[in-house]
Amino acid sequence: MLDHLAYEAPKPKVIAGARHDWELVIGMEVHAQVASQAKLFSGASTAFGAEPNANVSFVDAAMPGMLPVINEFCVEQAVRTGLGLKAKINLFSAFDRKNYFYPDLPQGYQISQLYHPIVGDGEVIVDMGPGLARRVRIERIHLEQDAGKSIHDMDPALSFVDLNRTGVALMEIVSRPDIRSPEEAAAYVAKLRQILRYLGTCDGNMQNGNLRADVNVSVCRPGAYERYLETGDHRHLGTRCEIKNMNSMRFIQQAIEFEARRQIAILEEGGEVVQETRLYDPDRGETRSMRSKEEAHDYRYFPDPDLLPLELDQAWVDAIAAALPELPDARKARYVTQFGITEYDAGVLTAEAENAAFFEEVARGRDGKQAANWVINELFGRLNREGHTIAESPVSAAQLGAILDLIAAGTISGKIAKELFEIVYTEGGDPVRIVEERGMRQVTDAGAIEAAVDAVIAANPAQVEKAKANPKLAGWFVGQVMKATEGKANPAAVNALVTRKLGL
Amino acid sequence: MNLNELTIAQAREGLRRREFSAEELTMSCLAAIDAGQALNAFVHPTPEIALEQARAADARLAAGDAPSMCGIPVGIKDLFCTKGVAAQAASRILEGFRPEYESTVTQKLWDAGAVMLGKLNMDEFAMGSSNETSVYGPVVNPWRCDDRELTPGGSSGGSAAAVAAALCLAATGTDTGGSIRQPAAFTGIVGLKPTYGRVSRWGIVAFASSLDQAGPMTKTVRDAAIMLQAIAGPDPKDSTSAEIPVPDFEAALTGDVRGRTIGIPREYRMPGMPEEIERLWQQGAELFRSAGARIVDITLPHTKYALPTYYVVAPAEASSNLARYDGVRYGRRARLAQGDGITEMYEKTRAEGFGAEVKRRIMIGTYVLSAGFYDAYYNRARKVRALIKRDFEEAFAQGVDAILTPATPSAAFGLGEMASASPVEMYLNDVFTVTVNLAGLPGIAVPAGLDRQGLPLGLQLIGRPWDEAGLLNMAHCLETAVGFVSKPARWW
Repeated sequence: MLDHLAYEAPKPKVIAGARHDWELVIGMEVHAQVASQAKLFSGASTAFGAEPNANVSFVDAAMPGMLPVINEFCVEQAVRTGLGLKAKINLFSAFDRKNYFYPDLPQGYQISQLYHPIVGDGEVIVDMGPGLARRVRIERIHLEQDAGKSIHDMDPALSFVDLNRTGVALMEIVSRPDIRSPEEAAAYVAKLRQILRYLGTCDGNMQNGNLRADVNVSVCRPGAYERYLETGDHRHLGTRCEIKNMNSMRFIQQAIEFEARRQIAILEEGGEVVQETRLYDPDRGETRSMRSKEEAHDYRYFPDPDLLPLELDQAWVDAIAAALPELPDARKARYVTQFGITEYDAGVLTAEAENAAFFEEVARGRDGKQAANWVINELFGRLNREGHTIAESPVSAAQLGAILDLIAAGTISGKIAKELFEIVYTEGGDPVRIVEERGMRQVTDAGAIEAAVDAVIAANPAQVEKAKANPKLAGWFVGQVMKATEGKANPAAVNALVTRKLGL
Repeated sequence: MNLNELTIAQAREGLRRREFSAEELTMSCLAAIDAGQALNAFVHPTPEIALEQARAADARLAAGDAPSMCGIPVGIKDLFCTKGVAAQAASRILEGFRPEYESTVTQKLWDAGAVMLGKLNMDEFAMGSSNETSVYGPVVNPWRCDDRELTPGGSSGGSAAAVAAALCLAATGTDTGGSIRQPAAFTGIVGLKPTYGRVSRWGIVAFASSLDQAGPMTKTVRDAAIMLQAIAGPDPKDSTSAEIPVPDFEAALTGDVRGRTIGIPREYRMPGMPEEIERLWQQGAELFRSAGARIVDITLPHTKYALPTYYVVAPAEASSNLARYDGVRYGRRARLAQGDGITEMYEKTRAEGFGAEVKRRIMIGTYVLSAGFYDAYYNRARKVRALIKRDFEEAFAQGVDAILTPATPSAAFGLGEMASASPVEMYLNDVFTVTVNLAGLPGIAVPAGLDRQGLPLGLQLIGRPWDEAGLLNMAHCLETAVGFVSKPARWW
């Protein structure tokens, strides 16, 4: 089986400055919340939407004498994610403390993995259209704790702290600076999200903050990026700024676009870009500096003495690898070869694992191309318009399959099938029974069709004369017959009979 | 003899024979605590809990279901969290803090039937060697040689003084650089620091996580064995506790050391060390030789780097461990002025909440971990630490079963005497003990004699990792041979 379809790299985005052209260089740090019921180092729940400070253990609140104990399930999810990104799994990894003061960080440090991350080099193939994709290298994935939430706008004088999120497990997925346009950046996040959801290691819910990205942006002159690739020297890429905590694909694109133009303007005026952390303000459509140099943090990383290094067994990793599901790239490639559908359609069908599973159930033992058309155009089209997911679909795969079977058997025409789909969608029910009960069966009985044709010809002698002079009017007779049979006559059969009876 | 003066082993016998009740034993200790307030050892007595537990112990004794420490009254260092009882680590910053949980060590003690008399004074956050950094004020050593008040040592000074003055039968201590062994030596009692990982750290306020280890402070080596038995063992809540079976420590106390090899490390012969201590050390070696052990000279070449290494590693970890005391969730929060923000809250709270020594170590730790200094200090200290550990491994590989050293470079000194000394002079108190923490080994201080002034001096035995049984047996042999029976003359 193919790992993925053949592709070429897209061209990087070029922005024309006042003086010359510039290219974009983007690297991302995506924070993906591990789909785990318990936190990374405590047994507290991770359920979203709980009362403030309801999901807080003594460990999360950093009570004196409390100690972290690693959640093995979270480790497994990080390994699964690494394997899904074709990455190197580090059998030895270790936890470090990142020290800083903030009220929503009760320990006064975040437990992370700076020196020895659990996952090393990997890749994400970012689809940018049929035959076009960017290969983005993954540098590392490490496990770390999330912080809590500080709320400053509930009271004019007081700040509030909610520790429910404190200690929730995050995977920080760090890419190399291989992303070359705002569109690619958004597509990268989308692809990562898709893979994570296939793996089930992160639910990818960006609205709840379960998937957020820090975006590193710099600009360089054309040619500089190639020199970076040759030498590995990051200085060719220009000075970068980091835009923190983005949780919308649209804002990611807007922020990159703004930030690139801001940097170009500075450089073209002879200035220097200051390496700093910035925040995107979607209301104003601009990025702003988050903190000045004087407040720059020195995180004083050092190995966490409360935790032993994480030592994994190769056999355990191998067992996880063996149980990995088929991932989007492989599934898409298989659909193209197995069902003979276009890459575009395969992409639509594989966007979500649930969609793909639905399609495969419909396609099993049927014409894959036809199944794809119906799933994409009729079902997905309708669901999208109504804002529903496949899980909420009123039409099951079995029902849609039954409709396709009725078409294949010649029991109903394609046109009737759409009416049938509408009935099943709005009212439900077994398609076969609906066809029977509502008399929707296509009339293929030649005798019955002939009788209908004869009746129309007999009733319209004047039209018959005209048609003999002008054969194009035969269509009028076909229409009359279809009307008389309430659309159930086989249109091809009607057409043939009308032509013969009129002697055309 | 008053009941509070009994050892654990003696009391265990008496209780089982119904010569007295756990309640009587506890009352005797509570009376001694009352009478011993001048020592300033118990800072949060818990007489109600004690009597309730004693009565429960009596019921179990009557039912013939008496676990190993049933009815034995003990004191708990203020560093341990015990449910519903103030736990302040002798710091202002934890004022008013009452944990809603029970440390693994104390839970194991209660499970073994022990009776809690209360919380014991200590140096603030276990940082200190004289008990003078405590927010409760210093503990006074029950031993004295003139009219001066002496330090009981630190940081487990309250535990040491309470055991030496028979306010309790035994106490818990913690040892990060010598905090069990140095005060034990200063007060003429036995103090055992187990192998790192032998005893759970869960529920003990952390000072330096890679060095901290809780252990027993007792009147005899046998008592140390009984108490270690109760508190040792793996704990799923502490990832650094080891999955290693706990042997029967008391059964190991045969006193037979024939064929054992005792190493004498030449690097522990410090310039300026009092002759008395040198003599005591030699006597200790002689006693072992007489008992049939082999005495060999060994070398631990990186010993001289131990103190500087310790004073990089321990403050580094402490600076991070103590970041949680920020006034946000528990303990003391400074009164803020109009317009003060979060930064002022941190600064004022920590400025008034921590004492000078704690602040010094937080600053040292912050410095050695900061960008640009990390490799020069913290990383180098980690490497030296590995070398110190290797020194011991090589000695043990050559067949050494235990290493004999002095416990401290001096006897107890007067309270306030070090006030004008540099912090480094105070740190020198730990010179014989820190190596053991850096290497994660078990070490025990055993009273070995009195100095010219009549103050107790201790010897230290350092054992192979996880060989507390062998170590206790050698300590038991030394204890028996020395025959140290002196008690402080009661002045309080």
